Amino acid sequence: MTTHVVHDTDVLLRRSLRHILRSPDTIITTAVTPIAMLLLFVYVFGSAIDVGSDSYVNYLLPGILLITVASGIAYTAFRLFTDVSGGVFERFQSMPIARPAFLWGHVLTSVVANLTSLVIVVIVALLMGFRTGAGVLAWLAVLGIMVLFTLALTWLAVIPGLTAKSVDGVSGFSYPLIFLPFVSSAFVPTEGMPAPVRWFAEHQPVTPIVNTIRDLFAGQPVGGEGVIAVAWCVGLLLVAYALAMRTYRRKIT
Amino acid sequence: MTTPAGIEIVGLTKAYGDHAVLEGVDLVVSAGTIHALLGSNGAGKTTVVKILSTLLRPDGGSAAVAGHDVVTAAARVRESISLTGQFAAVDEILTGRENLVLIAELRRIADPGGVADALLTRFDLTGVAGQRVATYSGGLRRRLDIAMSLIGEPPVLFLDEPTTGLDPQSRLEVWKTVRELAGHGTTVLLTTQYLDEAEQLADRIAVLHDGRIIADGTLAELKQLLPPTTVEYVEKQPSLEDIFLAIVGHDGAATKETR
Ligand SMILES: Nc1ncnc2c1ncn2[C@@H]1O[C@H](COP(=O)(O)OP(=O)(O)O)[C@@H](O)[C@H]1O
Ligand SMILES: [Mg+2]
Repeated sequence: MTTHVVHDTDVLLRRSLRHILRSPDTIITTAVTPIAMLLLFVYVFGSAIDVGSDSYVNYLLPGILLITVASGIAYTAFRLFTDVSGGVFERFQSMPIARPAFLWGHVLTSVVANLTSLVIVVIVALLMGFRTGAGVLAWLAVLGIMVLFTLALTWLAVIPGLTAKSVDGVSGFSYPLIFLPFVSSAFVPTEGMPAPVRWFAEHQPVTPIVNTIRDLFAGQPVGGEGVIAVAWCVGLLLVAYALAMRTYRRKIT
Repeated sequence: MTTPAGIEIVGLTKAYGDHAVLEGVDLVVSAGTIHALLGSNGAGKTTVVKILSTLLRPDGGSAAVAGHDVVTAAARVRESISLTGQFAAVDEILTGRENLVLIAELRRIADPGGVADALLTRFDLTGVAGQRVATYSGGLRRRLDIAMSLIGEPPVLFLDEPTTGLDPQSRLEVWKTVRELAGHGTTVLLTTQYLDEAEQLADRIAVLHDGRIIADGTLAELKQLLPPTTVEYVEKQPSLEDIFLAIVGHDGAATKETR
């Protein structure tokens, strides 16, 4: 059975990777909004924002990376929705295919697609003057956090992908996720925020994740915030996975 | 129990919320035969097919496909069946050949490419094999859909309204395909709203109406059900449509006017 899961996931992963190769615009579109924000904030608002000694593009990039993933997973939900609404899902479910393979194929595709978009955004940031003193280990740590974060949001995206009744319903869920970084330390330091907003900003997941990535890029030691960041990612991942699996089980029986 | 590759449905019930769709369906499909499930739109044909192909749980009664219970041995059932749903379930972004290879790989067939090519030839799809399915016409799509269902030669095949929405030419092509299947010994449950389609393809015809099978037999047997008085009015043989209307108790004259 395990070998079936691996084999079937592999077949389905290659299928949806082929989808992405045939419509690379989804990866470009995913990267366009974050890049536009990067340009806007660095060249228009950046001069008015005081982030201390660091350059603003260095300060901003971690938050932009999270926004990239938050907008990228809308395509994951969309690809699932297309299968479910078009009958391909039912064909697969009526075949002797390992049950989890259908979801894992989409989830792994989401990770590949989002990492590709992230690479594009980082390249643009480098062109805009982003500089990092991060070593190999720090880069690997950033990669690890981004993969965890992508997995968490992807499993969340599985739920509307399986249940949405229309295309609008599919993409709608990602807007709040894109908005969340605005009320965090991603764009401006939390110190200047009014007390209740500041409390929210400092207790939601984006702030510790952004601060941790920022420290890793700056080549500084990651403190307790790194633990909180990973805990948020893993916690979100587990909850999203459990909810998505429950939705899936209800759908297939 | 019927012969291993057949279908046996006993007292099957299913409701969506408080809308009862199946209210005790009984049906036996013998191995190697084509059985048509005839019913008007909304009669519950797709619901029956979904239950038999393990996509939907029945509320009550039982159903066995190829000797396996659809609820307690769903995985076994899936190994024995193939579903061609009411709407062609093809991957639009892939080419026709890639669709076939995909299914062959998922069924863990030794030579997916070879199987795909053989089916492309058999279904006369070689010319469009390298094109994306999004560019296919409805008829081509349906042919590919059926070809995908034949991979792995499952002993039981469900065809849910295979010709609905097709032009007459494509419809004839699908009919030809289904007739060939019968020659291969495949058990086929075919749903249709088209009375002539059942007449053309099926060994036996079951009529689903008001949640039950109200008639089941060969075409000749069903014709017996027609009140003999009607025969005096018509010169040619009564069509299945007349039988259907007689059974479900509609006023034939009124129905004819609305057509
Ligand atoms: N998922 C569903 N939820 C609620 N009602 C449904 C659902 N699927 C089908 N129905 C209803 O059940 C009845 C039978 O549907 P169906 O099996 O699709 O009929 P057929 O295939 O014979 O046209 C219809 O009245 C339809 O509206
Ligand atoms: Mg139907």
